[in-house]
Amino acid sequence: MGSYLLRRLLIALPSVLGISVVLFTVLALAPGDPFEELATNPNVPAEVRAMLRAKFGLDDPIWQRYFHWLTAMLRGDWGFSFISRVDVDTLILQRLPVTLVVIGASQVLAMLIALPVGIYSAAKPYSWFDRIASTLAFIGFSLPTFFTGLLLILLFSITLDWLPFVYRADISATGWQWWWEHIRQSIMPVMVLGLFQGASWTRYVRSAMLDVIRLDYVTTARSKGLKERVVVMKHVVRNALIPVVTLVALQMPAVFGGAIVTEQIFRIPGIGSLLIDAILRNDTPVIMAVTFVFACLVILFNLIADLLYGWLDPRISYR
Amino acid sequence: MQEREITHLIEDVRVGKLPRRNFILQMVSLGLTAPMASMMLMHAGVAQAQTAPTYKPTKRGGGGALKVLWWQGATLLQPHFANGTKDQEGSRIFYEPLAVWDNDGNLVPILAAEIPTKANGGLSADGKSVTWKLKKGVTWHDGQPFTADDCIFTWEYAKDPATTAVTMGIYKDVKVEKVDSHTIKVTFAKPTPFWATAFVAAEGMIIPKHLFAPYIGDKSRDAPTNLKPVGTGPYKFVDFKPGDMVRGEINNNYHMANRPFFDSIEMKGGGDATSAARAVLQTGEYDYAWNLQVEDEVLKRMEAGGKGKVHIIPSGDIEFIQLNFTDPFTEVEGERASIKSKHFAFTDPAVRQAMSLLADRKSIQEFIYGRTGVATGNFVNNPPRFRSPNTTWEFNIDKANAVLETAGWKKGSDGVREKGGKKMKFVLQTSVNSIRQKEQAVLKQACQKAGVDLELKSVTAAVFFSSDVANPDTYGKFWADMQMYTTTMTQPDAERFMDQYTSWEISSKANKWQGRNMCRWSSPDFDKAYRAAEGELDPVKRAALYISMNDMVIKANAVIPLISRPRVRGANLKLVSTLSGWDLDFSTLQNWYREA
Repeated sequence: MGSYLLRRLLIALPSVLGISVVLFTVLALAPGDPFEELATNPNVPAEVRAMLRAKFGLDDPIWQRYFHWLTAMLRGDWGFSFISRVDVDTLILQRLPVTLVVIGASQVLAMLIALPVGIYSAAKPYSWFDRIASTLAFIGFSLPTFFTGLLLILLFSITLDWLPFVYRADISATGWQWWWEHIRQSIMPVMVLGLFQGASWTRYVRSAMLDVIRLDYVTTARSKGLKERVVVMKHVVRNALIPVVTLVALQMPAVFGGAIVTEQIFRIPGIGSLLIDAILRNDTPVIMAVTFVFACLVILFNLIADLLYGWLDPRISYR
Repeated sequence: MQEREITHLIEDVRVGKLPRRNFILQMVSLGLTAPMASMMLMHAGVAQAQTAPTYKPTKRGGGGALKVLWWQGATLLQPHFANGTKDQEGSRIFYEPLAVWDNDGNLVPILAAEIPTKANGGLSADGKSVTWKLKKGVTWHDGQPFTADDCIFTWEYAKDPATTAVTMGIYKDVKVEKVDSHTIKVTFAKPTPFWATAFVAAEGMIIPKHLFAPYIGDKSRDAPTNLKPVGTGPYKFVDFKPGDMVRGEINNNYHMANRPFFDSIEMKGGGDATSAARAVLQTGEYDYAWNLQVEDEVLKRMEAGGKGKVHIIPSGDIEFIQLNFTDPFTEVEGERASIKSKHFAFTDPAVRQAMSLLADRKSIQEFIYGRTGVATGNFVNNPPRFRSPNTTWEFNIDKANAVLETAGWKKGSDGVREKGGKKMKFVLQTSVNSIRQKEQAVLKQACQKAGVDLELKSVTAAVFFSSDVANPDTYGKFWADMQMYTTTMTQPDAERFMDQYTSWEISSKANKWQGRNMCRWSSPDFDKAYRAAEGELDPVKRAALYISMNDMVIKANAVIPLISRPRVRGANLKLVSTLSGWDLDFSTLQNWYREA
């Protein structure tokens, strides 16, 4: 197991490097200029823009900028935002708590829906419960989040006037009031993301369960006279969950990456909205940092998923 | 309008025959800005209107939180690094200039004790210097006193090339001296008729010497105060998340009595214009929203909610079409749209006239912009009550047909006019924007009826407005026959606005397409008038020159002005805000309050 882990980490290294080269080159070649807003302002002399470009090293050749970036990154310096003139890690750390809370809560909600509904549906396939659950699941994952988001805003904010639709990260209230305000404003975005994710996971859990529930060893367990509950929970679920674990693990980087569309609709100051703003303003250091961290997390969680396999299924060994 | 007539009008204002406001509006309709007109009056010795703002609160604070929405959030809070107005607005909550422009073009003192005039000795007779008296007893948020040293420092800071301040253009050519602890003297290299630039309005915010002094020049980006502003403004800094939120709390030592009214301010960024309008007009979650670029019909529907209303503030922005005077599709000496080439049709004045006749401004206003745009034939902001009689516009397809017919452009078998084997097929480019695409459709329809075939092209805004030398689709290159966009008047003085038609600003390969004259029209007379205006000290003669320049551009049909675009803001029904079309939204933030 130890040597397997080491090997995997060694393989990961070149892929991370490769990803960073590709990202950097694509960003460097893409059209656009972080100081273009200044270009349209006739009061700003052109030499100011030229000096800014020189100051931030934008005129150096791409390979030089890349190595500059790489050495800085290795030293733990994530770069300096052209637009906000702040260290990139400060920007990301400011946005991270909100992203973790909102996206994290929506993933938990999705799990809480997907597991019981998926398991129960598979235990009694083609029952009324299964049919209704399947229909709702299909509706759930065929409606895009920007549509359900607007729908919820129309219903709960405009027609009923119950919930706010502008998310504020810093609420000045304290105590219960603070919790209440945060819950109130998080309900809609968490629902939108959680139900969408939950719908597809429900289908996944159900089919994984159905694959296992027909196997002979389940019949054996039943014929031993075990209770249905024990059969399902101990013998079926544990085996059926192996593919589900991969899916969930691979979804985890998204918790960091945020949800670009939903964050935009509800004005959630998360990583997703930071990324889209940075892209629109050509703020390369921020784009680079966010996408690169995201790439690293994808690789890391892939590894974690593989390790979890072994724990869930002892037949899998690491060589 | 000639110099003599303007002098007459000023005389009328002085003796009280003509209301001051009417004079300003007339000047505005002729292509000048309200601040320029106001400066003419000041130069003639007519006192500024005493615009006492109707400020009702009788004590400081107690107004709760002021919540404003900027769908493009402020990304930094150092006014001299501002990328755009959003950053200037965010900084303006905390920092203040000496004076601001109100909506009638008056200078209103903020940190100045009074506005310099000839009468109070503030303006020198040769037009080369201005003496500002500063307000006494003003303190920075950290308790330090505000003095002339801070103004001198702000000048030194901004003019230092190593600081790379975006306001450098304003400060590099002036000299600022300290007269005494609360008086400064700004000296210009040459007589400067429009003197209210340094320390005034958006680019005039003064920063504290005691906090920024160690960070002048190269080290400018390391100043901790860049992120935690300490100013003299009505609100003190609490918290800042770039692109998301700026928070401030009441400054109990603010230098104006009973102000501010609100206990705290929250400036939230992100999202889009439509939902910002909704949060203010329909649900009332927020008190104020910036720049509502939304179709008027949608705004009206939201206003029906009864929570807020749309404020429309006249300003200098204009949506217009440029006609290319060079050939954009053939390379001459390795350059497309080279100044050495000639456009086959637009060099013919008759064609340009016909194109102007084919612009259906009325439909564009009525069906696309509604209240958020005013049809105009003038290259200026144009309040409808005072439309200048010598710059009329009309939409007349028959007349356009007749003009083209006489000029020798005959219809071919396919219904498209041609002359000398060249067909009237033009490419009209603009940025991707639902409003602009509708405008394009209106224009195409009218042109079709006159035998002119328009090919519509739309380019993503990020590319169209970029200065990317490698991209063929930028507005600076203008490699199409016609293009349409909004030109903004970022400074109240017309000098910078009018250089868009000088021959030395022609956009070309040599200047990396950074030149401001994109339609590549030029006229020796215009150049001469512009040069003359640059050195003209008498504001009346100068104004007359700008008016004649404006008329030259319009009469030549070098551009086709379509819609004058006022600023569109949304505010709660109870919020009383004093907004100016010539300065930032927050230019008089200290006077904002909520009615009971």
